[in-house]
Amino acid sequence: MENKPFIHVQNLSYAYVGEDDRPIPVLKDLSLDIREGEYVVILGHNGSGKSTFAKLLNLVIDDYTYAEGTILVDGVDVMSPDLTDEEVLDLRKNVGMVFQNPDNQLVATVVEEDVAFGPENLGIPQPELRQRVDQALATVGMSAYAHHEPHRLSGGQKQRVAIAGIIAMKPRCMIFDESTAMLDPVGRREVLETIEKLNREEGITVISITHYMDEAARADRVIVLSDGKLLLDGTPGEVFTHSDTLRKAGLDLPQCTAVAQYLITKDLPVHGEINTPEQCAEAILNAWKKM
Amino acid sequence: MKGFAFGQYYPANSVLHRMDPRAKVICAVAYIVASFLCKNTFSFVLLFVSAFALILISRIPLKVVLRSVRALIFIMAFTAVLNIFWIVDTAEGAVPLVEFWIIKIYTKGLYHAAFILVRILAMVIGTGLFLTYTTTPIALTDALESLLRPLAKIKVPVHAFAMMMTIALRFIPTIMEETEKIMSAQKARGADFTTGSLAKRAKALIPIIIPLFASAFRRADELATAMECRCYHGGEGRTKLRILRYHARDFLGMLWIILFIAAIVTLNILGARFGWLYTM
Ligand SMILES: Nc1ncnc2c1ncn2[C@@H]1O[C@H](COP(=O)(O)OP(=O)(O)OP(=O)(O)O)[C@@H](O)[C@H]1O
Ligand SMILES: [Mg+2]
Repeated sequence: MENKPFIHVQNLSYAYVGEDDRPIPVLKDLSLDIREGEYVVILGHNGSGKSTFAKLLNLVIDDYTYAEGTILVDGVDVMSPDLTDEEVLDLRKNVGMVFQNPDNQLVATVVEEDVAFGPENLGIPQPELRQRVDQALATVGMSAYAHHEPHRLSGGQKQRVAIAGIIAMKPRCMIFDESTAMLDPVGRREVLETIEKLNREEGITVISITHYMDEAARADRVIVLSDGKLLLDGTPGEVFTHSDTLRKAGLDLPQCTAVAQYLITKDLPVHGEINTPEQCAEAILNAWKKM
Repeated sequence: MKGFAFGQYYPANSVLHRMDPRAKVICAVAYIVASFLCKNTFSFVLLFVSAFALILISRIPLKVVLRSVRALIFIMAFTAVLNIFWIVDTAEGAVPLVEFWIIKIYTKGLYHAAFILVRILAMVIGTGLFLTYTTTPIALTDALESLLRPLAKIKVPVHAFAMMMTIALRFIPTIMEETEKIMSAQKARGADFTTGSLAKRAKALIPIIIPLFASAFRRADELATAMECRCYHGGEGRTKLRILRYHARDFLGMLWIILFIAAIVTLNILGARFGWLYTM
């Protein structure tokens, strides 16, 4: 937990196997470390390789014909050919993944049974199984819906059930692959708050892939991929100062950061890190008071 | 598709609803066996009475139960008529009730027809009340998985079938909803599903079926990935959140069925010994 990173990626290159066994290069010479407890957002244009990277981390992809470099998760070489079945299960348990479409991740016809699906697969006996399910549902604020049918829930509620299903496996890291993309603003806020709570209160490492810049602004760290290469890596404040680089990578600044930068070019003295609407309003208010 | 309920499950507060689904499967099978054991008027009368007793116990309105009987009315009528005309009483001194041309109807035929009707009625009502009306499809799946588990030893993929059932039950409402969405989308593009010849209407369904299939395959693919991420690796070493447990009422239910079968067998034997009324 101290010095050794939870996820260590070194010179990772990855290509899918295309027609005629030709490689389709996706990731190019990627190196990065993610420490336990971090809240990392990964940004990048469509097709930049974000999902591919995520899928490599928890072994959803297991064709390593054109893979180079190393990925260590908790010290275990993910791409090693001689992983035992137990090691694979253990890796998957430790790195949980929530996907985009909430409908296509729920397996059971009753909410609580769906949440139990993961731990059931892990062979968790009663009464611990029951405790885990109840706790996971409480964490995402869905205890009242334990006996409902998933298809009658709202998108945000379904996504929170999917998250509970992962939490119940007690993972150390959770990856969210555009998990808010199909939700309305209310659903998005519910899910984001849940993600942040997991990170702050349970100490779970969060890797969140998104196209929403305001979600990136709330993270500890932002990683920008462009054409499979690492473009930028730093705190939201650091990354957002490179507005030209971001624009070239097909990304925009969060609106409030863009507003602040525009005001600065007009010689309005707005200072400090401006990534959220609150920070923006505060800075403008201060500048206005000084005038 | 908000009010859509799958199957015929009819929520009510009765012993039958509360019984363990495995006990209910066993009772249903025993009840069918009992209906086949019936041989004479007395045992059939007992069977008939028992079917209505079951309806009373289940607290499901008679109207609802008779709905599933109505679906079988044609088959029932057909078998009854067939029996009436087919049965020939070979007993000495048996005189046909009605006789014209090559058709002879005996009293025995009438009894047989009635017997068969009662048997079908009892089987439909019995399985309905033990299984579909009082047990949710998912509980039924659990019960079958649990009861058939010994077959896994001879390599029957019991767990896989149960998983398939569960996923089907989970996705039927989702896919129904999707069908409606696609239909509205195609209607908005001017598709017409309600007029024209049968061939034309069938053709109009193609633009619905193709996107539906495409989406179902995509769903299946994503679901498989999600299940893998959640450490699914077949039924081996799996535990279950909901553990089925037998209660006193389940043993009592099965005891009743055993007594019922005993009563029917007794009536059969007594009937044969004393020549009571008609025997099959
Ligand atoms: N199974 C596959 N086989 C071959 N090529 C693939 C496969 N999956 C993805 N790709 C290709 O790899 C590239 C990267 O895809 P990936 O899904 O990782 O991008 P992404 O950054 O997640 O994009 P998005 O923002 O659209 O989700 C794309 O060009 C895509 O076409
Ligand atoms: Mg993606």
